[in-house]
Amino acid sequence: MRRLEVGAPALLVLAGLAVAGALTGSAAAYGFAVGALVAGAIAWGIVGRRFGSWGYAEREDDLLVRRGVMFARLSVVPYGRMQFIDVTAGPLERSFGLATVRLHTAAAATDARIPGLEREEAARLRDRLAELGEAQAAGL
Amino acid sequence: MSSGPPEGWHRLHPLSPVVRGGRLTIAFTIPLILIAFGSEKLSNEAFQLAIIGVLALAGVVSWLVTRWRIEDDDLRIETGLLRRQSLRFPLAQVQAIDVVRPGLARMFRVAELRLRMAGSSGGTARLAYVAEHEVEPLRDQLLALARGARHDEAATPAPSTDEKPEPQAEHVLATVPTGRLVASVLLENWWLVVVLVGLIVGLAVSPHTVGRALRGAGLVWALSMVTFVWRRFNQQYRLTVSDGPDGLHLRGGLIALTAEVIRPGRVQAVRLVEPLLWRPLGWCRLEVDIAGRQRRKGEGEAQRGQLHVLVPVGTRALGMELVDRLLPDRPRELSPPPRRVFWKSPFRYRALSWGRSDTVVATTSGRLRRVTCWVPLEKTQSLRHVQGPVQRRLRLASVHVDTAGRSAHATLRDRDATEAKQALADLTDLARVARRRPAVT
Repeated sequence: MRRLEVGAPALLVLAGLAVAGALTGSAAAYGFAVGALVAGAIAWGIVGRRFGSWGYAEREDDLLVRRGVMFARLSVVPYGRMQFIDVTAGPLERSFGLATVRLHTAAAATDARIPGLEREEAARLRDRLAELGEAQAAGL
Repeated sequence: MSSGPPEGWHRLHPLSPVVRGGRLTIAFTIPLILIAFGSEKLSNEAFQLAIIGVLALAGVVSWLVTRWRIEDDDLRIETGLLRRQSLRFPLAQVQAIDVVRPGLARMFRVAELRLRMAGSSGGTARLAYVAEHEVEPLRDQLLALARGARHDEAATPAPSTDEKPEPQAEHVLATVPTGRLVASVLLENWWLVVVLVGLIVGLAVSPHTVGRALRGAGLVWALSMVTFVWRRFNQQYRLTVSDGPDGLHLRGGLIALTAEVIRPGRVQAVRLVEPLLWRPLGWCRLEVDIAGRQRRKGEGEAQRGQLHVLVPVGTRALGMELVDRLLPDRPRELSPPPRRVFWKSPFRYRALSWGRSDTVVATTSGRLRRVTCWVPLEKTQSLRHVQGPVQRRLRLASVHVDTAGRSAHATLRDRDATEAKQALADLTDLARVARRRPAVT
């Protein structure tokens, strides 16, 4: 489903160019259309891999969040360190019933984001994290 | 207000609005003096007088509506005439207490008390201004409260009528000679010196062209550079570190005097910086990072966006001694990264290393400006394991240790991949253990 976030704009560009090409009949527009198609296909694959790399695991004392293909990142966020939890859903996400959960600690550099969760799962995770965070809260 | 330790509501010092006005006050006294001496006609100045009158009234009103008191374990400040504001600062969460005396405040013998709390916005309680002789007892009392002492117990010592501001013994650990401070600032900003010398030479050789170039943006740039150096100098002049009962005491400053107390349990990270030209002289700068940012506009300009400097310039031995005092269990041995890091960071790799003890992580980095960073594990917020494309090719990875501080992040850069994984697991466990231990504050 995340693929659509890249796929939709690519398709729009493609359609626009195809229409422009049909109207003007110029070879350049067709060329661009083919280029857009290829780029879209590559992006499709990359997004697929990136999607595959997202992951999270709830452990006893901390949450693991993994992301990235080129730059592989693995964050360990102890429950006791969480300051607050965000659940956001953009228009595209909302139309597919998805949401993004984001964890914040006192450090600005903490980068723990879990996108594309089903809404129920997001709500469950949020409540679970809040509960665990409260139980293990540590001061600064 | 002079009757012993604070119990009920208190006002700030009556001269506060004058001092708070700062430069504005000075600017406004000049026309007043001119009028008083009759060199200006009163009718010409009526408009200015009106402005002064309104501002003076606003100052008096803001003084009248501001009051503060200590309630159990909180400091409460009420302020505002139309938009009434009641602020409550739990003393148990105080990160540091500063006493700041800008130039004008010193003239009027008042001082500002600043309580730094954790948190990013509005995290500072300011009492501006309090009479000078009351500031130190008040600070000691607040610190005692912050340590968890009972209110009445803490109130009995330190009567405000005491002539000596600091009755308890303080053991001075380090102070900075002025000459060395000047040399260090110039050496660290050597490029600035080069530019200035270049300008002077240029002016001597062909004043016309250089002068024309300066008139535009160049002048602004040069001025901002000068203020930067000046600010640093002003802040760090005669900075003295001493060992007090409640943490390390810092005092210093040329025009604006500051006095701060750093509580050992509040230190998020410690950083030892050795700029390139300092190294032949064996000098270093020691900075500590404390949670609680100062980003509000009214904050003292000297301290914006900087770490706390413990020792502006000192020998490495002195720096290490203080590090030992702050973090007794610092790692003694640092290990260098594998040799193949050369292919990724040919310049940096010699400077990289890391080490850990059971409670502290240490990292070094920086070829030219060497930075050593210590982070107590109980203060880590999160750990991140990052592997970029080049690193993967070379079987390397980095581990970031995030803290709540501003800029002192420890990074285990370019380690062997298996070692990095192992370090991530170890540090996670050690940090958990460190957090569980009862905090010693």
